[in-house]
Amino acid sequence: MNKVENNKAWFLVLPMLVLVSFSAVIPLMTVVNYSIQDILGNSAFFVGTEWFEKTLNDPDLQGALLRQFAFSFTILAIEVPLGIAIALLMPKKGWQASAVLILVILPLLVPWNVVGSMWQIFTRGDIGLMGYGINALGYDYSITSNATDAWVTIILMDVWHWTPLIALLCYSGLRAIPEAYYQAARIDRASNWAVFRYIQLPKLTNVLVIGVLLRFMHSFMIYAEPFVLTGGGPGSSTTFLSQSLTSMAIGQQDLGPSAAFSIIYFLIILAVSYVFYIAIMNMQKDKVNTQGGA
Amino acid sequence: MTIATTYNEDQAQERADSASLTRPVSAQKGTASGRNRVLLGLYLLFTLLPIYWLINMSLQSNQEILGTFSMWPQDFDFGSYIKIFTDPSWYMGYVNSITYVAMNMAISICVALPAAYAFSRYKFIGDKHLFFWLLTNLMAPPAVFLLPYFQLYYTVGMFDTHIAVALAHCLFNVPLAIWILEGFMSGVPKEVDETAYIDGYTFPGFFIKIFIPMIRSGVGVTLFFLFMFSWVELLLAQTLTATNAQPIGAIMTRTSTASGIDWSTLSAAGVLTILPGVLVVYFVRNHIAKGFALGRT
Amino acid sequence: MSWMVWTVPTAVFFATIAALLAGMTVWQIVSPTVERQGFLPVPTTRGDRFFIGLLTSAYIHLGVIGFTTISIWLALVASIAWMVVLMRWG
Repeated sequence: MNKVENNKAWFLVLPMLVLVSFSAVIPLMTVVNYSIQDILGNSAFFVGTEWFEKTLNDPDLQGALLRQFAFSFTILAIEVPLGIAIALLMPKKGWQASAVLILVILPLLVPWNVVGSMWQIFTRGDIGLMGYGINALGYDYSITSNATDAWVTIILMDVWHWTPLIALLCYSGLRAIPEAYYQAARIDRASNWAVFRYIQLPKLTNVLVIGVLLRFMHSFMIYAEPFVLTGGGPGSSTTFLSQSLTSMAIGQQDLGPSAAFSIIYFLIILAVSYVFYIAIMNMQKDKVNTQGGA
Repeated sequence: MTIATTYNEDQAQERADSASLTRPVSAQKGTASGRNRVLLGLYLLFTLLPIYWLINMSLQSNQEILGTFSMWPQDFDFGSYIKIFTDPSWYMGYVNSITYVAMNMAISICVALPAAYAFSRYKFIGDKHLFFWLLTNLMAPPAVFLLPYFQLYYTVGMFDTHIAVALAHCLFNVPLAIWILEGFMSGVPKEVDETAYIDGYTFPGFFIKIFIPMIRSGVGVTLFFLFMFSWVELLLAQTLTATNAQPIGAIMTRTSTASGIDWSTLSAAGVLTILPGVLVVYFVRNHIAKGFALGRT
Repeated sequence: MSWMVWTVPTAVFFATIAALLAGMTVWQIVSPTVERQGFLPVPTTRGDRFFIGLLTSAYIHLGVIGFTTISIWLALVASIAWMVVLMRWG
């Protein structure tokens, strides 16, 4: 669509701008202010860049950051292919389509802390189906003492919780493919794989980029689920960024260091989402260009 | 921002051609669809098992949960549900959650509609950067904003009110609403706007009487997403409230006491937090897939 | 406003950012930007390069503060130089 150049459009965005500024810009400015001061009650001392220095060299936080990246890439590597597969398997019409759709969505509607509680119960050795089942098979499964078990369980929980998002994105992408494409493929007797590779996958790239962006970002702020499930343990083996930050800010009331941490955290998010944003924008531009030429 | 989807016969033919070049063999349909059903069934089983287990736990008494391991409740015990529905300190948690979620939905959709229209129809100075800035708010971890929010709402005397949580959730819900609505609005041809102006409509008249009804499925889906993300968020909701506006998620932590965890009540409360979402999703089931693609497929 | 605990350095910092943004807007009105391809892998407008410059400058500062003992003022000078290079040839 050709957009009209009109700066009066700013008036339409203005209410949104005021509201979001109130809930984003003012707090962010405050975080910057906190990050260079030592605040004790009502008195504040200027400390310069000390908190940044401390935070960047804090082994606990570096550990949390590394775990965070490992976690985010693992779940993406599992959820994206699985989501595509499920989207391909979902029925396309009739009452079955609606029923399966609602069942697939279910995990997304569960409040995040309840997801944690649910899996905590599910994986307990004494009362949970999964924990009891694995123990019965002879493996000594425990998320409170074995770090590997805790990791696997958190990844399984995240796959359970968020694969539906990728699946539904892909499902809607697949539904947008006109029937004529499939007819053409059938006439040419294309194999299932060829249909997927040359018809379905190209149509999915757009929704997949959005999906990967949303999943990456959400996994980067994961808090409630591991907090309830493992409490970050055993040790600090499942403590991710948000949880370190929250325990620092709320638990220990360290305003300065946690503000410095917040800014570093935010800068990482900003850089990654900018790369994705540029990718999305360029993809759309290419698309418009090729269509204009066709 | 539009992903135009003009459909093109030539392209389809071309794609199909290149497809047939690589592998001209056709697949056996019958066995494939049977296998597909089994695989989908397995995934749905994986999805439903933890939820089933939660329901199972909620219908057992604590003695039964800890005493015997059973796949289904031996004798149905609704005690936990009765407790939640009769004790105000429990059911007010649900009322509080629904209150701030509803407030947030109303505020978000009101400011998002005109903004999304501006993004979908006009070019203006800084539009792309503004849109990106919105996106970053959607991506921003709530933990980053925790401290200043607490201080801010405490200072203006809004701590422990529903509106404080509703406003805080605008941080990510307004950008999300704009993103989805912009997708749906870009699907409406611009000729619609032009015709309406020729017919003598003013902008507000056109917007409310013609444009919004045209994208009502988009508005419905957006409202669903606003509900969903505000309903599931807990970190901010819990930090900004104490007693008067405490969300159900925070009240649920009460089940864990020094003498152990009250599994039955915890499960029942959990089951009850899933129900509103299921009710809401039923109304938008036909448009939801499009909504997940942010209205642009 | 006292809860925001403003200090002179942060006030100067935000005032500079605000002034730069205002300046960019005026520049845009006076002579609208043209998208072009520089040494960055994607075509950019003036505003894009400005944003990339700010973001990378933040990382330069973090790197200097966290992992070296060089003065932060050198980081600032380096950032400004980088900003100029980026705006001109990016």
